[in-house]
Amino acid sequence: MVTIDDFASPVRPTWCTGCGNFAIWNAVKRALAKVGLAPHQVMLVSGIGCGSKLPDYTRANGYMTLHGRTVPVATGVRLANHGLRVICTHGDGDAYAEGLGHMLHAARRNIGLVDIIQDNRIYGLTKGQYSPTSERGQKTKTSPWGAFELPVNPIALALAAGATFVARAWSGDLSHLTEVIVQALGHRGYALIDVFQPCVTFNRSYAYEFYRPRVYKLQDDPNYDVTDKMAAFERALEWGDRIPIGVFYQVEDRPSYEEQVPTFKAGPLVRRPLEKLRPEQVRRLLEEVL
Amino acid sequence: MQPTEELTIRIGGEAGMGLESSGVGFSKALVRGGLHVFGLPDYHSRIRGGHNFFSVRIARRPLYTHTEPVHLLLALDQETVRRHIGAVVPGGAVVYDEKDGLPEIPRRPDVGYFSIPLSQLAQEKGGNAIMRNTLIFAVAAGLIGFDPTYIEGVARDNFARKGQAVVDANLRVIQAGVEAARPFLADFPFRMEAVPNAPLRLLLNGNQAFAMGALAGGCRFVSGYPMTPGSPVLEWMAGHAEEYGAVTIQVEDEIAALCMAIGAGYAGVRAMAPTSGGGFSLMVEAMGLAGMTEVPVVVYEAQRPGPSTGLATRTEQGDLLFVLHASQGEFPRIILAPGTVEQSFEAGGRAFNFADRYQTPVLVLSDHYLANAVRDIAPQDLDFDAVVIDRGETLTDAELDALEGEYKRHRFTESGISPRAIPGHPKAIYASSSDEHDEYGHIEEDAENRRRMQEKRMRKLETARAEMRLPTRYGAEDADLTLIAWGSTYGPLREAVDRLNAQGRRARMLHFTDIWPVPKGVEEMLVGETVAVENNYSGQFADLLRMATGHTVSRRILKWDGRPLSPEYILHNVKSKT
Repeated sequence: MVTIDDFASPVRPTWCTGCGNFAIWNAVKRALAKVGLAPHQVMLVSGIGCGSKLPDYTRANGYMTLHGRTVPVATGVRLANHGLRVICTHGDGDAYAEGLGHMLHAARRNIGLVDIIQDNRIYGLTKGQYSPTSERGQKTKTSPWGAFELPVNPIALALAAGATFVARAWSGDLSHLTEVIVQALGHRGYALIDVFQPCVTFNRSYAYEFYRPRVYKLQDDPNYDVTDKMAAFERALEWGDRIPIGVFYQVEDRPSYEEQVPTFKAGPLVRRPLEKLRPEQVRRLLEEVL
Repeated sequence: MQPTEELTIRIGGEAGMGLESSGVGFSKALVRGGLHVFGLPDYHSRIRGGHNFFSVRIARRPLYTHTEPVHLLLALDQETVRRHIGAVVPGGAVVYDEKDGLPEIPRRPDVGYFSIPLSQLAQEKGGNAIMRNTLIFAVAAGLIGFDPTYIEGVARDNFARKGQAVVDANLRVIQAGVEAARPFLADFPFRMEAVPNAPLRLLLNGNQAFAMGALAGGCRFVSGYPMTPGSPVLEWMAGHAEEYGAVTIQVEDEIAALCMAIGAGYAGVRAMAPTSGGGFSLMVEAMGLAGMTEVPVVVYEAQRPGPSTGLATRTEQGDLLFVLHASQGEFPRIILAPGTVEQSFEAGGRAFNFADRYQTPVLVLSDHYLANAVRDIAPQDLDFDAVVIDRGETLTDAELDALEGEYKRHRFTESGISPRAIPGHPKAIYASSSDEHDEYGHIEEDAENRRRMQEKRMRKLETARAEMRLPTRYGAEDADLTLIAWGSTYGPLREAVDRLNAQGRRARMLHFTDIWPVPKGVEEMLVGETVAVENNYSGQFADLLRMATGHTVSRRILKWDGRPLSPEYILHNVKSKT
C-alpha cells in the first residue's frame, strides 16, 4: 500500500510561505498514493523555475532538466520505458514560452504524459517579469507600460492541438486538484492540467483572493459533456467574473502514441534484453548491401 | 585492347533524373562483377532541374577515394558536356543523346563524341524515356567490355517488386544499350571486364555503415528532424526499427530530438540523435544537460558547409571546434571522426560503449562526403563479431537488489564514474538535476561540493583519454613528410601518400579517428615536416592539436569550396610549396 509518506524527501522546499506550489506538491503525492503508484514506478520530470524544483522535494524517480524542455525529455523517458508513469511539473514560462511548441506536439502525438503546469502567470525565480499567461496590461519589471501581448490560452491551444485530456485546477482547492490529477493518471494519452498557482511574492493581483470568488467547477453542471469539443472550446474562452475549472475535455477514442509503436508490443524498450545481433540478423543486414 | 588499370565514369543531368540511384545500381553491378568501386554523388539542394552528377571510379584493386580525371562522360543534357568536358582524359569519350545535341563549345579533338538516340531507344524498348539512365549505363558497360549480365541482375532485384513487365522492359533497355555501344568500341580504348566468380562484396556509404554499427552496438532509440546529410540515419533506423526492436521518432525540432534522446538515455536505453551542423546548433543547450546530469547519449553530426544554411548538399569539415566547445560551462565529451565506411561502422558500436562507460555525451562527426560516397568492402570488414556491448558501470538488476543505504547516483569516485542505476528500481530512487547537485542528485550550491563535483565529472575525461586510439600511420616508415588527416579525408590522403611514395618522396599519413580527448602519446608522433590537410578554411584540427599538444604544424593544405579533397588537389599543394 502506497502512502503519501513514501514520497517524503529529506530536502525541504524553498518556496515562499503561502506559495501555490505547496498545494500542487501535496496533490501530486496524494494522487499517486491514491492510485497506488509507488515512488519507483513514476518519473517526475521538470524544467527550470520555482515549481520545477518539485522533484527535488519528492522521493520518486525524477529529472530536473532545462527550461522549456520538460516535455521532450519526458517523452524520451516515456518512450524508453512506458512502464513508468511520467509526470511533468513545470511553470508557465517553461511550458508556454520556451516550451509551447513541444506542448502542442505532445498533444497531437497523444504521448502518455501527465503534464502539470504550475501557472502563476509571472516569472517567480527570476523575480517578477511578465509571463505568457500574464494579462494584457499587466505591469511588471519588464512590462513597465503594461504587457502589450494577449495571454496564451493553454486550454484552447491544447484542444486545438488535439489533446485528449484538458483540465484546469487551482491551488486553493487541494481535493479538487488531487481528483483532477487522479483522473489524468488514469488517462491513456497526453493529459494537460493547467493549475492556477498564486505567487504571493511577485504576482499579488492574481493571488487566492482573485481566484476564489471566480472559479466554478465544470463538473458541477450535470449537463456538461466532457466529450464535446465545441463545448470545451466555449468554456476555454470563458474568462472574467466566472472562470471554469475541472476537466474541459476528455476522450479515450484515440490511441496513445505508445500504443501505436510496433516495437512496444514486446513491452517497455528498456526491459528488452540488449544483446548482440544474431547471425541471421547480421546476414539480413548484409544482404541489403550486397 | 589493353585492360585499363582504373577508370572513372561520370553521369550528369538534372535533379529528378534518378542519377544517384541508377549510379548506385550500376556500382552494385560492377561490384558483383568482381570490380572495386568508389561512387560519389554530387547534387544540388533542389528536387528538379539544376545540375547533378554521379561519378564511379572503377579498378581491380580496392579504392578509398574518388579522383578527378574522367574517362567516360555520360551526358543526359548539354550542361553535363559543358561542365565536365575539361575533366575527360585524352582518349576518353562523351556519350550523349542525339536529341539533346552538343553545346556550342569547341569540340576536343582528343575525345570521342558518341551520339546515341538514348530517349528514342528507351521509349522504344522500355516504353518510357525516363529509362535512358539505365540505357546509358548499359552503353557504358558495353564500351568498357563489362558483362551486362550483372546489370541485368541488379535490375531484376531492383524492379522485381514492380512486376515482371517492368523487369522485362529494363532488360530490353539494357540489351539495347549494349548493342548501341558496339559501333564505338574501336574508338574507346579503356576496358574493364568483369572478374568472374569473385568473392561477394558489399557496397554501402558512411551513413549506412554508421547506422548498422549503431544498431549492432545496441542503439535502440533514435530521435531526429530531417536535415541533409544526417537524416538518412534516422530513415535507415526507422526502416529497421520493428525488426530489430528499436524505436524512432521524427520530432518537431532538433532541440526536442536531443532532449528526447537524453530522456531515453536517462531511462536506460541506448539513444542517439542524428543531424547536421544546423541541427546540432539547436542541440547545444541539451549537450550541457547530458554532461551535467551524466546521461549517456550519442549525437551523429554529418557536417556540411556553413555557416547557416551554407551549402546544403555539399561537404566540409567546418564544425570540429564548434562541437568541441558547444554548450556553456565545462564538461567531458568524447568526439570520434571515422574516416571510412569500416570506421563508420565501428564508430557506431564504440560511441555507445563510450557513452555508457563515461556517462556523458559522445559525438560522431561525419560529413557529406563520407556519409554519401559508396565503396565496396568485404563482408568481414563490417566486423559484427567484434562488436561488444559494454554498459560500463551500469548496475544490473542483481546489483540493484543488493544495494544498501540511500543510493548515490553521482557518487564521488576515483575514476569520476559513478555506478549508474537505471530508474525504476525501488532501491535506487533518485532525481538528477541540471542544477549543480550533490551525490544524491539534490540541488546543492555549496562551494566545496561544486568543486568536488566538477572535478569528478572532468576526471572522466582523463579516464577516457587512456583508451583513445592514436592515429593510424600509413605510408613510409622513415617519412620526412607527415600529412595529418582526421575523419573523412582518409581516402584522398591515403592515395596521395601512395603516389608521393611511388614518386620517391618519403611521405606518410597520420589519420585521427579519436579526436577528443586527444589520445596520450600524440606528441611523439608529430615529427619532421607536418602538414595538416583539412576540408575547411582555417585548419581547425591543426589548431586543436596545437592547443592540446603545443605542436605547430609546418603548414596547412585546406579546401573550403564545398567539394571534397582529392588526391590530385593534395599532391598539387604538397608539391607547389616544397
